[in-house]
Formats: sequence, structure tokens, C-alpha cells
Amino acid sequence: MNNKNVPSFTKYKRVITNSLVHILLAVLAVIWLFPIFWVILTSFRAEKGSYVSSFFPKHYTLANYVKLFTDTSVLNFPRMFMNTLIIAIFSCIISTFFVLSVSYCMSRLRFKVRKPFMNIAMILGLFPGFMSMVAVYYILKIMGLSEGAMIRVALVLVYSGASGLGFYIAKGFFDTIPKSLDEAAYIDGCTRWQVFYKITIPLSKPIIVYTVLTSFLAPWTDFIFAKVICRANADYYTVAIGLWRMLEKEYIDNWYTCFAAGAVLISIPISILFIFMQKYYTDGMSGAVKG
Amino acid sequence: MLFKRKNHYDEFPTKYTVSEAVKNGGITTKISMLIMGAGNFAHKQILKGLMFFVMEVFFIVFMALSGFHNLAMLPSLGDQEQTEIWNEAKGIYEYVESDNSLVLLLYGIATLFIIVWFVLMWCASLKSAYKTECLSNEGKHINSFLDDIKDLFHINLHKTLLTLPVGGVLLFNILPLVFMISMAFTSYSKEGDHLLLFDLVGFKNFGKVLSLSNNIGKTFWSVLGWTLIWAVFATATNYILGMLLAIIINRKGTRGKAFWRFCFILSIAVPMFVSLLIMRTMLQPSGAINTLLINMGIIDKALPFFTDATWARVTVIVINIWVGVPYTMMQVTGILQNIPAELYEAARVDGANAVVTFFKITLPYMLFVTTPYLITTFTSNINNFNVIYLLSGGDPTPVGSTAGKTDLLVTWLYKLTIDQQYYNVGAVIGILTFVVLAIVSLVTYRNTGSYKNEEGFQ
Repeated sequence: MNNKNVPSFTKYKRVITNSLVHILLAVLAVIWLFPIFWVILTSFRAEKGSYVSSFFPKHYTLANYVKLFTDTSVLNFPRMFMNTLIIAIFSCIISTFFVLSVSYCMSRLRFKVRKPFMNIAMILGLFPGFMSMVAVYYILKIMGLSEGAMIRVALVLVYSGASGLGFYIAKGFFDTIPKSLDEAAYIDGCTRWQVFYKITIPLSKPIIVYTVLTSFLAPWTDFIFAKVICRANADYYTVAIGLWRMLEKEYIDNWYTCFAAGAVLISIPISILFIFMQKYYTDGMSGAVKG
Repeated sequence: MLFKRKNHYDEFPTKYTVSEAVKNGGITTKISMLIMGAGNFAHKQILKGLMFFVMEVFFIVFMALSGFHNLAMLPSLGDQEQTEIWNEAKGIYEYVESDNSLVLLLYGIATLFIIVWFVLMWCASLKSAYKTECLSNEGKHINSFLDDIKDLFHINLHKTLLTLPVGGVLLFNILPLVFMISMAFTSYSKEGDHLLLFDLVGFKNFGKVLSLSNNIGKTFWSVLGWTLIWAVFATATNYILGMLLAIIINRKGTRGKAFWRFCFILSIAVPMFVSLLIMRTMLQPSGAINTLLINMGIIDKALPFFTDATWARVTVIVINIWVGVPYTMMQVTGILQNIPAELYEAARVDGANAVVTFFKITLPYMLFVTTPYLITTFTSNINNFNVIYLLSGGDPTPVGSTAGKTDLLVTWLYKLTIDQQYYNVGAVIGILTFVVLAIVSLVTYRNTGSYKNEEGFQ
């Protein structure tokens, strides 16, 4: 074989592999983004109903978005949006507090029930989440939270009540904060509480943002719990149930394109928050104090 | 585990235990056994003693007013049926309300929780009384109420921080769970009209679900089979394909790495229920995909995405790939970049090609690092309610069956409880799901390094 040809041959081969890889990635990206593209197109579609005869809409319109906010007689989208926002804000505050306190205790403090608590938390995590949903509903009913405006309180409690069990990620983060910082503070006369809010919390921005965002997003994306708790009280539906109902047999013909519009409207802020959160997640994973 | 090992040594030694208090306690400690807080009272811890005492009073009042009644109703769960009684004075029939077994069961269990809590409080008061007694005998400083408050922010900070979260977990996780588990032992079901009044039936429901001779039993084993197949396929396809995608994006020659990553992450940034509902409508017999394929002349009649059992099963697995691969890609990227470059260098020198390198270096390394992640993915796939319920809804469902061909244990559980009101069978299935998960994960998880070396990085 001619030695001179070898480099050019490998270079040639590399160019082919590289172009193949890029073509493959492009095809995959199209497949992955196709449904999103589709729903955006549908949201501007003028023809009603879920039956389509062509890929691109024949006429484009903004009427679907307008209808979503003005036609509030059957499915009141603005109200659902407000419900979800209120629930999300409150459950976010409570769960962030719960998660941070539990994970700090598990990571930094040493006390008798620590190991048992962590093991119990792991075992509880193995039960199907909504297995106890019916039971939760009855407990809320006995507490008088299953009717009227109290449904909002009930949903806040459902989303944030047991959030103390989800401490693993934040605990992992706290574990990376060097203990020498705590010890230095103790020598200077700090109490553990002061160490918690003067040293640990300020160092934990990534994981706090991550916790805040995950708990804020939960009510927007869950619909099983909301459905069981709200039952037929349409006034307190969250966005997820509302969108799901638009696809039920009696509504789909009139509401399909509005569903798409609603999905787009909900997805935009959630995507932005999610991508934002992703950044903090990776930051959180790489530890608190960088060498 | 929860239970002490043989070589377990006490990490938190204290001489103020309940047994010591009973054995060596003086007169004030002995009185504290009857009147909680008396020991604290005697040593000038007025407020603390008062708190213990108030708790005891509350407990006694509660037990007298409703606690004993709740416990007494627990074995029978009530047997008063709704009856009509002729009221002579008013000249009308009056209805005597039926006992509500569900409420009785819940009250009974809640009472048990309160009793356990009281016993714990009783132990705490006894220990506290014994401790103050010992300290005063030794002439040491006894904490004032102010000192106790200060301790809550220092030595006892965990009590301050954990009280509310643990209360939430007890009320919204453990209590409902115990309540639900106890339902598995009752006849609470639409079957035989036991929705209002039901009894304890022992392990009968378990026998019904596990036996092969009746409808529920047969359905259970086929659903369990499909659940395991689904979990294995969903986990394996997502893991391998996600890793391949990450490798392809990370390889040296690929341009615009951030852009490609963004494309895939965008697809999961859209809320899952939205994208799944879109997929479902697109795959309906008259949905977008079928219509377009027919219009292009590729097929004659609609593809049976959710109407044929095999089609439906393949469809949910394929769509789960669409849902899950970006997640795996995201989580795996960081770890991939940590694989030592020398390994690849050595493989290249030895003349290994890309496939061999993947199977001999990348995969073993990744398996080693990501075992915990794999286990969580596997368990969450067994519990993957969203993908199945929102996509196929468990369909196709054979006539007369409670579960469809793509139903997982969890979606079947949902249908049995919410739609069909077979609460007791649903509870049994929940417990069995838990057993399956516990066997799979606890054993594996406890053998991983991240559990054994919890403080390895500190």
C-alpha cells in the first residue's frame, strides 16, 4: 500500500463519518421536535376538529387563542390558570422549606432517628404514589377541605404535605459542602441554626433554585391528584385537567385547536423554567464549593 | 436496615433511658409515670412540666370522648344498616343512618396513631423527669425553659426543623398508606354492595388476586407479566439509546454540541402530559399520522396503534423511547465526560473499533457508575402511570375484563379503585406492586457503593 495515501484516506473517511453523524442527528432532532412543531401549527389552524386532511393548515388564525380567554362559559381557562398559579406558589413555598430542612438535618446533624428515617423514606418511595390517593381524599374530606374554595388548600397540601420525603438530591448537595466551614463557625460561637442560615443556605443557591422550580412546576404538570381531589368541581380545575377535558369526546370537536393553543401557552413558560432549572441541576450536581 | 445489626454499637449513648428510669428513678420520677410532667414540676421546669401535663389531659379527654369508641368499632367496622323507624309523634318514617365503615376504619387507625404518639410522649416525659432528678442529685445545672428554647436552635435543631415536615409525611403519606393497606383486609368493594358497610375478611382478597382460578387472579398474572416486560424494555431501550445519543453528540467530530443537546432537551421541557396527549390524538385511527399516511398512499386503512394488543404494546414502548431518551442523555452526558481518556487511547492503540470500545469500555464503566440510576429508572417504569394512562389508557381492553392489554399494575390499580370501586382488590394490588419493587430494588440498592460509603466524599 502506498504510504502517502493513508492520511488522506483516513481524513476522507472521517469527513464521511462526520457528515453521516450530522445527518443522523438532524433526522433524530426532527423526529423529536415534530410533535412540538405539530401542536404549534395546530394552534393556528382555522379548521375545527381533530380530523385533518393535510399537514399544513389551509387557513391560519389567532381565533383559538382568543377563544381560550374569552369563551369561559364551558371551560374557563383563565380561571384554571389562576387556580394553578395560586396552588403552585403556595405549595412551592411549603415544599422548599420542608425539603431544605429535612435534607440539612439528614446531611449535617447526627441524631438517633436519622438512619431509620432515611430507610423509611426509601421504603415509602416504593409504594405507588397514588395508591393512597383515595385515602388522602377521605382524610381531606374529614378535615373539611374537599368542598368549595378549600379545594385549593387541599391541593396545596397534597402537593407539598409529604414533600419532606424528597430530600435525596438536596442532601447530596449539602454533603459536598466542606464540614470544615461548619466547624470553623462553631469555634467562632455560632449555633447550628446560625450555621444553617448563614453558611449553608447562602452556599446552596443552585439546589435552592432547583427545589423551588421543581415544586413550582409540579402542580402544572400533575393531573391525576388534581382530578381525584377536584372531582366535578369545575371551578377549581387546574390547567392540566382543563386541557385533558378539552380532548374528551364531548369537547374535542370544538376545543381541539384550543387545546393546542392552551398547550402552547402553558409550555412556553414551563419550558423556559425547565431549561433554567436544568442549568442549576447540573451546577448542583457538581458540588457547592469549587476548588 | 431498620433493625439493629449484631455488631451495632450505640452511636448516641445516654444513661437516661426508660428502663433506667423505671429501675432507679426516685419518687418524683415514679409520680411522673402517672402524672406526666410532675418530675419537671418538682425541679422548677414549670412550663415544660405543664406542657407534658396538658398533653396527658388532652389525651385522656380525647380517649374518653371518642378514642375508646373508635377502637371498639374497629373490629366490627359497624353493623348498623340503614333502617326505617316509624315515628309515632310525627307520624312519619324516620331513617336511622347506616354506619359508615370507611369513616370508622379511618377514625380507628387515626386513634391508633394518636395512642402511639402518646406512648412516645410518655416515654419522653419519663426520661426528662429522670434526667432532671439525676442532674439535681448531682448538683448540676438544670435547663430552664429559656435554655430549652436555645437548645432547639443548636443541639436539638433537628427537632425544630423536622417537626413540620415529619408531621406532613405522617398525615399525607403514612396515615393514608396504612389506611389503604388496611383496606386490603376488608370487603370494601362494589362487589356484593359493600360500599358503605363492610367487614374485615383477613387474607381472602390476597387469595383471590393470587389464585389462577378466577377472573381477577388471571388478570393479575397477565398484567404482572406485561408490567415486568414493559419495565425491562422501557429501561433498557432508554438507557442504551440515550447513552448512544449522548456519545454521538459528545464525540470529537460533532459540531454544535450545545445546539443538538438543546433540541432534545426542548422536547422534554414541554410538560409530559401535553406531549403525551398530543401523541395520543396523532395516533388515533382518524388522527394526523394515519390520515397523512393514507393521503400519501402508503397504507390503505388506518394502522391499529391502540386497537391491536401487539401494536399497542410496541407503540407505548416506542413512544416511551421518545419520552425518555432525552432524560437519559441529559443525565449520562456528565458521567461520560468523566471516563478517563487513557482507556480510549489504549483501546485505539490496540486497534479496537467503535463497537468494541463501546461494549468493552463505555458500557461497563457506565453500568458501574449508574447502577443506582438504573434501579430508580426501573422502579419508576414499573410505576409509570403517565405514559400508559395518557397514551393508551390501557387499551385495547378485552370485553368483560377489568384490565386492558397495555395496563400496568398501577393503571389497573387506578381503574379498580377510581372507576370500578373494587377498593379492596385495588389495595391488594398496591401492596403486591410494592412487594415486587421492594424485592428488586432493596437488594440491589444495598449492594451499591453509594449506600455503603455514604460519607466517602466528605
